[in-house]
Amino acid sequence: MGIDVKRDACVGAGQCALVAPDVFDQDDDGIVMLLQTDPEGADLTAATKAERLCPARAITVTAR
Amino acid sequence: MTRAPRVVVVGASIGGVTAAETLRREGFDGEIVLLGDERHRPYLRPPLSKQILLGEWEPDQASTHTVAQAEELDVELRTSCTARGLDVAGRVVRTSQGDLAYDELIVATGSEPRRHPLLPMALTLRTLEDALALRDGLRSAHRVAVVGAGVLGSEIASAARKHEADTLLLGRSGTLTLGGVGTLLSDRLARLHEDHGVELDLRAEIVGAESGLDGTRIELADGRIELVDLVVAMIGATPRTRWLDSSTLTIADGVVCDRGGSAAPGVSAVGDVAAWVDPFTGRPSRVEHQSNAIEQAIAVALRIARGELGTQPVPLFWSEVHGTRIHAYGWFDPERPLVEAAGDPGIQSGTSATDSAVLLSRDDTDRVRGAIGWNAPPRDFRAARAAVLRTPELITH
Repeated sequence: MGIDVKRDACVGAGQCALVAPDVFDQDDDGIVMLLQTDPEGADLTAATKAERLCPARAITVTAR
Repeated sequence: MTRAPRVVVVGASIGGVTAAETLRREGFDGEIVLLGDERHRPYLRPPLSKQILLGEWEPDQASTHTVAQAEELDVELRTSCTARGLDVAGRVVRTSQGDLAYDELIVATGSEPRRHPLLPMALTLRTLEDALALRDGLRSAHRVAVVGAGVLGSEIASAARKHEADTLLLGRSGTLTLGGVGTLLSDRLARLHEDHGVELDLRAEIVGAESGLDGTRIELADGRIELVDLVVAMIGATPRTRWLDSSTLTIADGVVCDRGGSAAPGVSAVGDVAAWVDPFTGRPSRVEHQSNAIEQAIAVALRIARGELGTQPVPLFWSEVHGTRIHAYGWFDPERPLVEAAGDPGIQSGTSATDSAVLLSRDDTDRVRGAIGWNAPPRDFRAARAAVLRTPELITH
């Protein structure tokens, strides 16, 4: 699995950093920052939840 | 032989799309039919009043899925398909493309802007076409009147200033509102508009309007005439429930649902069109925020796919006005002034409207019910969010 984020689509809602703090962070403008690109286990589960909750649909978790 | 179970989702905006997607992810292997009355593939609406209006994005960038992602989902999308009626007992939805039987129906038809009776020439904003027309209008306009003091009025006034048009924002109630925050940020928001050159008139009573070759003359009750070359009216939205009027569902400013989004056996509703029972008041109420549509859709899909009972999500709302990022999470009592998280005595006159702040709404027992980030550092706002009680004691009547 891998994770892509579209920073130009991000609206800084912060859902991702809240539900998956080990995978996502936000810069000073609130825009998503990826902390790891190939999370596993609980981090992957959390990242998938973040993908679903993202209001801008800026996160994609893909099968590799 | 029995046929595979079929879920029909009426409405192909974010609520409907999220429901369809979540059903698949949770292992629902029956048929999913997604009906949309627009001709487009599903797209996100928030960028319409933001990136699309500012000309930063092309329409394609607002799509919810790439074509490849959509194919992978295995959802039958019917575009330009309008729902016209519902037989709850017989589990059949009537559409412009024929009758469709279902096992579970998800109503996600959203809301539509109210038209201003005296401003038939006014542009409004709901669809992609509306946004493109508005963007083109703003590009050539010298003086714009935005009628409506809600969040969309503020966002469109912000876009008009970015297009360098003289901008007049007209309201009636004397205050500016922001989603579930109500009028609590009105003063701060008014200063923000004024700092960015928006002319505010929040007690404007429009008594008439006339369009001519030189633009539109808006006549106000105090005798003033405002001549503008573009009028935009954003005076609220009504849930799109007309197609359900002859059904047995309870409609009262939206489809009335229980706390888990169920409206009748086999019928659920999510998003702007849905009035779930509010955990605080015990009354059905609509929440017109996109994140609410997403979370309600996830809750309903989990119930259908796995029998898990969902609950009303915590409202989360965001906006950007003149470059200032505003986030609100939780519930806001209009009777209680906001307090700064740091313990400062609230908003002070003279404070710059772009200053960063985290503002809290507290209840009788001093518990935090809502948090607002106003240009706030993301970490500070997240910390405030965590303080919002996620499982309030629920009203049981």
